[in-house]
Amino acid sequence: MSPEVPSDQGLAAYNFAYLDEQTKRMIRRAILKAIAIPGYQVPFASREMPMPYGWGTGGVQVTASIIGPDDVLKVIDQGADDTTNAVSIRAFFQKVANVAVTTHTKEATIIQTRHRIPEQALSEGQVLVYQVPIPEPLRFLEPRETETRKMHALEEYGLMHVKLYEDIAHNGRISKTYAYPVKVAGRYVMDPSPTPKFDNPKMHMSDALQLFGAGREKRIYAIPPYTEVVSLDFEDHPFEIQRFDKPCALCGAENVYLDEVILDDKGGRMFVCSDTDHCEDRREHGHAGEMLARQEAAE
Amino acid sequence: MTDAPLLKVNAVSKFYGQRIGCKEVSFDLWPGEVLAIVGESGSGKTTLLNCISTRLLPTTGSVEYTMRDGSVRDLYHMSEAERRFLMRTDWGFVHQNPADGLRMTVSAGANVGERLMAVGNRHYGNIRATASDWLTRVEISKDRIDDAPRAFSGGMRQRLQIARNLVTGPRLVFMDEPTGGLDVSVQARLLDLVRGLVNDLGLSAIIVTHDLAVARLLSHRMMVMKDGHVIEHGLTDRVLDDPREPYTQLLVSSILQV
Repeated sequence: MSPEVPSDQGLAAYNFAYLDEQTKRMIRRAILKAIAIPGYQVPFASREMPMPYGWGTGGVQVTASIIGPDDVLKVIDQGADDTTNAVSIRAFFQKVANVAVTTHTKEATIIQTRHRIPEQALSEGQVLVYQVPIPEPLRFLEPRETETRKMHALEEYGLMHVKLYEDIAHNGRISKTYAYPVKVAGRYVMDPSPTPKFDNPKMHMSDALQLFGAGREKRIYAIPPYTEVVSLDFEDHPFEIQRFDKPCALCGAENVYLDEVILDDKGGRMFVCSDTDHCEDRREHGHAGEMLARQEAAE
Repeated sequence: MTDAPLLKVNAVSKFYGQRIGCKEVSFDLWPGEVLAIVGESGSGKTTLLNCISTRLLPTTGSVEYTMRDGSVRDLYHMSEAERRFLMRTDWGFVHQNPADGLRMTVSAGANVGERLMAVGNRHYGNIRATASDWLTRVEISKDRIDDAPRAFSGGMRQRLQIARNLVTGPRLVFMDEPTGGLDVSVQARLLDLVRGLVNDLGLSAIIVTHDLAVARLLSHRMMVMKDGHVIEHGLTDRVLDDPREPYTQLLVSSILQV
């Protein structure tokens, strides 16, 4: 057990990492079970956290249960380290666990994420914690929880393909771009949280441990390192990731996920890396995209 | 027809507390045979159908089913996985209210294709071709394949439900008042369609209905139920033309004549 944080350090009398030790044990047990059954949603007694549902209460509880004083934490929201959600969760753990934080993917031991997997390939020993809003991939197709559990138990996943069929029938292709369902270790169909399908291949045989926490829905699931993760598709409509016409406007990176940024009200726009750390790192190493070069010329 | 029955129902009873749902019902169903269960509302027809189709667990009794490989299995001793697999491949269930049997929020094509995808078909082109073929067979025009069942009339929904059930080539279909709530001309078309399909595919079917005309048109044999008991059982024409039980006589004589 981690030592209680002494109150004379100027901190409020919180236990290390906010949750009490019994709660952490309960969550760790759920995590161990989730790792033992890859892709299976383990129910857990989700606690009230000092932030609203939808802000990552599930991810925060998972992080709080696995974090230790020596860990280095990185928090990203839509790929960025400097958005509200990322900043406030990072500040939360700085305050209640007094841990080192970083924005560099390589240096982090725990990365809590919302919507993205870092572009930098993760390595062994790192843990990626996802914030999950709706863990049940079958939810919008089958509203009954009793029925979806039964479907998972009996491996009845035909319905998932009904959804993909509908996409092709109406749009000519599988138009689902995020929360794209995957099959983990050849058994459970899983919702990879609302990450873009661009990131799905990164989950396959990843070196890092991936943990998923859904606070409101009270579920934890996991993908252990080196686990097969296959995106569902049809034989004649295979799974594809998004492609971008241009490289990042700031760092010139190709084959990365880009965000569109509106520049003015005359239709000006640019596409930049959604992973801010990756973009900054590349610029430091001398890579420059179209817009960056233009800015420098103007100076 | 072969000599082994497809389905053997032995003394199936279902009690709701003190009340009788159905009591000591036994019969055999042979391949290619259509059996009608008739009776007034509350006589236990639907309870019996639900028991036989394993949607409801009876209090006592057993049901044996001859699988495709020829082995005979007791339905209530199968695992749930096997039972559910049987229900979506070898069986069909047509509900009185199409909304119960259809996925109202997905297109007609996906409704028909669902069973195919459930048994592992992963080729979009093939699934769509089969769905479109089945829509034609139930007289729904091909250009409606991407419309949701919400946009369909009651009769079309019911035909869609039938297509959805028959797409995996089942051997046994349960129908619970398939023509309930449809107007007479639509009923006639649906009955004609069902009769054609049953003949073409060599299906066995158990049809629950309160409408003796439906039983007359579709079934080979019929069972008359009253207060949970089967009171008369025989060839459809025999029962309707020469009813023996007083209650059956009453039922037959209550048919409205135009």
